[in-house]
Amino acid sequence: MCARISILFLALGVLVGCTTPGLRGTGDLGVVIERATGSVQILDTTHRTSLAKVEGLGDLSHATVSYSRDERYAYVFGRDGGLTKVDLLTQRIDRRIIQGGNSIGGAISPDGKLVAVANYVPGGIKVFDANDLSLVADIPAVGVNGKRSKVVGLVDAPGHRFVFSLYDAGEIWVADMHDPKHPVLHKFPGIGKEPYDGMITSDGRFYAAGLFGEDGVALLDLWNLDAGVKRVLVELGRHGEKLPVFKMPHLEGWASTGNYLVLPEVGKHEVIIADQNTWQETARIPVAGQVVFAIARPDGRQVWLNFALPDNDTVQVLDVPSRKIVATLKPGKAILHLEFTPRGEQVWISARDDNRVDIYDPDTFTRIGSLPAASPSGIFFTSRAHRIGL
Amino acid sequence: MMFTAFSMGAFADSPHLNRERQNELIRLVRQDCGSCHGMQLTGGLGPALTPEALKDRPAPALVSTILHGRPGTPMPPWNHFVSESEAAWIVDRLQKGFPNVR
Repeated sequence: MCARISILFLALGVLVGCTTPGLRGTGDLGVVIERATGSVQILDTTHRTSLAKVEGLGDLSHATVSYSRDERYAYVFGRDGGLTKVDLLTQRIDRRIIQGGNSIGGAISPDGKLVAVANYVPGGIKVFDANDLSLVADIPAVGVNGKRSKVVGLVDAPGHRFVFSLYDAGEIWVADMHDPKHPVLHKFPGIGKEPYDGMITSDGRFYAAGLFGEDGVALLDLWNLDAGVKRVLVELGRHGEKLPVFKMPHLEGWASTGNYLVLPEVGKHEVIIADQNTWQETARIPVAGQVVFAIARPDGRQVWLNFALPDNDTVQVLDVPSRKIVATLKPGKAILHLEFTPRGEQVWISARDDNRVDIYDPDTFTRIGSLPAASPSGIFFTSRAHRIGL
Repeated sequence: MMFTAFSMGAFADSPHLNRERQNELIRLVRQDCGSCHGMQLTGGLGPALTPEALKDRPAPALVSTILHGRPGTPMPPWNHFVSESEAAWIVDRLQKGFPNVR
């Protein structure tokens, strides 16, 4: 049927494909992870619809996504060590490999040619050719203690580098990838106990690792590696009793709002506002629970927060200029992630146990759309392709 | 300790845990414990909770870890979410091979 129609259209001089839509861009697309079924849906933020479901991505109980620089391909990093390259235009898996036993995240190089994956098992990072996913380099994360360590907080950085942290060993490593097959490693041991995640500022200058086992943040100035890792925000984690953490905060969302960073406290129901130039704490705001993600609206005026169990039905909005919580929403059961459209006129929210992705207007805090999704978790729009560290 | 061991046996095929609550616990373990231990329980930041990984671990100690956490590690206490008998049921199922929601 399809072939016959194609022939007919070709006869009329109109070129159409059977499975692909006509010419279109990908700048308003994204994916949502369906964690229980190992699938993703391809989302369209202009029409607020789902274009397709792509299945067969393995265990996505923890997953993250980086995009090719042309915003066509989503590299999905799954829990089971799977690395899947999804083509948003053909709506199919382009390539898929199992590259490790248990992975936590990934990153793409500034030139888009290399994709790196951070592995818990076997601890280290692996670097792949972004085109065909062939192995380029294998970097085992053996700390000064002589043991392999789980790797967390992997990001790309200017200067053709990848930066990551060794959870068990308490180290930060910088891998210079100018010669991709022979990475040059700069290792910073003794940065503090149990770095659980890392982030890079949006200008690509500072890499910060959050510490679970100690107070404060380990900070590396990537413009000046010789200065080494410093401990900043030493008040982070101090003061008062530590509450149990039923889900680890994610630092990718350490909201960078221009002059300020908004950081979740660990074991406290607070966020900290820090001056991004001095790395000093300037305010401490009580919030509804243990923050998991603190996500800045692209203009930096608001930061949206979600929470660990038992407050994972709640989303709060921090107004950065007034430092006040201006909205407390109950969008659904098990709110796992939030993602703004590139200019921030919509925020998409995944409600895992309601099997929905909801769309909110961040000016009015009202729901303007909803899509069904099976146990949705992370939402990733293609604008990430052009942001350092994502 | 004796009591824990006793309740393990008593609740292994628990008539006290109805199907609905069992499904809630299965969901809790896979989704929420799964955020550190993996939804397939093969490990993440936290260790694997597969029958193989747990086969030499005494059940009462595992029940205690669930209820009270493990100080000095990221493992938090779950006693606000599950009772002792429910923790025992979870341990029993983990050691046998954890079910999916039915």
